[in-house]
Amino acid sequence: MAAVVTRDIVKTFGEVPAVNGISLNVPNGEFMVLLGPSGCGKTTFLRIICGLERQTSGDLLIGGDLVNDMPPRARGVAMMFQSYGLYPHFTVRNNIAFPLKTQGIPGAEISKKVEWASQLLGIGHLLDRRPRQLSGGERQRVALARALVRQPTALLLDEPLSNLDAKLRTSARQEIKQFQQRVGVTTIYVTHDQVEAMGMGDRIAVIDRGQVRQVGTPSEIYNDPADRFVATFVGAPPMNIVARNGGYLGFRPENFLPKDMVKDMVKDAAFTEFQFRVDRSEYLGSERIVYGVLEGFDTNEVVTAKLPPVHVAEAWIRPGEWHPFAVRDAALRHFGNDGKRTSRH
Amino acid sequence: MRRSSLVGVLQETSFYGAVAFFFVLAAFPFYWMLITSFKTNADLYNVNVTPFWFHDPPTLEHFRYLFDKTLFATWLLNSLIIGVCVTAITLVTALPAAYSLARMTGRNGEALGIGIFLTYLVPPTLLFLPLSRVIVDLGLQNSLWSLVVVYPTFTIPFCTWLLMGFFKALPVEIEEAAIVDGCSLFGAFVKMAIPLSLPGILTVVIFTFTLTLQEFVYALTFISAADQKPITLGVATDLVRGDVFFWGEIMAGALIASVPVAIAYNLFLDRFIGGITGGAVK
Repeated sequence: MAAVVTRDIVKTFGEVPAVNGISLNVPNGEFMVLLGPSGCGKTTFLRIICGLERQTSGDLLIGGDLVNDMPPRARGVAMMFQSYGLYPHFTVRNNIAFPLKTQGIPGAEISKKVEWASQLLGIGHLLDRRPRQLSGGERQRVALARALVRQPTALLLDEPLSNLDAKLRTSARQEIKQFQQRVGVTTIYVTHDQVEAMGMGDRIAVIDRGQVRQVGTPSEIYNDPADRFVATFVGAPPMNIVARNGGYLGFRPENFLPKDMVKDMVKDAAFTEFQFRVDRSEYLGSERIVYGVLEGFDTNEVVTAKLPPVHVAEAWIRPGEWHPFAVRDAALRHFGNDGKRTSRH
Repeated sequence: MRRSSLVGVLQETSFYGAVAFFFVLAAFPFYWMLITSFKTNADLYNVNVTPFWFHDPPTLEHFRYLFDKTLFATWLLNSLIIGVCVTAITLVTALPAAYSLARMTGRNGEALGIGIFLTYLVPPTLLFLPLSRVIVDLGLQNSLWSLVVVYPTFTIPFCTWLLMGFFKALPVEIEEAAIVDGCSLFGAFVKMAIPLSLPGILTVVIFTFTLTLQEFVYALTFISAADQKPITLGVATDLVRGDVFFWGEIMAGALIASVPVAIAYNLFLDRFIGGITGGAVK
């Protein structure tokens, strides 16, 4: 296990920059999530770390050693691919043993380690099967066992849950996180799914167009977004952004509530009031999402409110009606014209 | 109701009629070869009887003649040596060429692959002139080894193009996983790409072997010594004397040469079809 440090990594394909100067410090044992939209360069960055791509410029250090010119096999990192990349002509046992065989480890030790990894992931009964005979969840565990069996310096995961159905994804998320905590391996996890990022990461690096927009804990990313991109990329529905006084005002849909509710909640604290015209509402069971516009603001700026349905009856919010809504001042975020945060509140 | 059943019967009849037509078209030459090789000469040249079946009891006299009075066993062995050597040379060359064109050259690889394939389309009747100079320079004239040198010129381009399709169809993650797991690029090629392309490799083996077995123009050009001839040339030149065709012996020779290939095709038919289509659409 080792820390992974990148310094100003740039990667261009022809004229097109895929990674545009990423500097990141992942301390030993941390679970770092790289979050960003498709095509933002996060997978390319991961492939640079494991050595499958060579960066155009910048330095990469693993465990304090400069590994720019080292081939993948010498870096000691393990990677789990989106499609798992299991070897279809090998049994599960041979799949897990493969990284050890290439290192020339003696047979008896290989058996012991394969046993350890398969027990750890609960796949001991699958060792003599081939990948095509396994379910999606089982394949994912085999891929994880193969990645971990040689106790890598860092574990790199490239959207490993995207091939699983929604239900399995929730349990697999839990398993990977618990497993990482138990083994304590430095992990870099790439995803475009903010739920995975928020639920699993010790820290999240939000990436857009090959650049890191913000690095922070899930709560920092959610509550104190560094810019408008992070504010609108993280959160479902995303943060409301409306233009005001030459800048932008942002507030989360769950903080945009009927004025009376806000009054009851905040007691003496300050709040900002808005007149909200309801255009449409969606009942989602645990919450009600209401879409509309604010009086005095651009009518193209759709504003969303996330309301607790037990407190807000459907009869109360009919399309076309105007209602007094409010946001606690502490929950308001201000952004400048360039999209960056201008103040904490 | 009666009308629709009539249409059904007509459809069935035309379907099976078409199948029967193509079956006869494909199988008749083989059948003709089979019965001719077992007919006595008297039966074979009797124009007063229907030629499609035996009128004398079947005989092995043509096979005996082939093995006792001609160098047929030598020709068979020569064809086998040429086939095995050319297949080996083709695999050793086409596998790495196809892999690098499929994986490492980006879009240029596709154009290069098509360029290489185009050389396959140059007819041997044009190429044997320059190639004969090469064979003379190598001192291989009138030797079966001249064919071992010449045949790869048309097997390698086609097989490279065929294998390219196979390698492209393989998920690249498998090789990348092997590289991260400790293999070199060559190690990943040998341990992952080759075993997973086995249907393609099998296709190449069958295709190459069949091509070498049926090739005639280069063999006729470069070889005249009877003991150096492959089976196609030996049968065609030594069993046709002037205007006398030894039809029974010619067909017996053709039968012996074609049966092993027919068995190999049938054993690996599914993989072979997978090989041809896999290479074609990817």
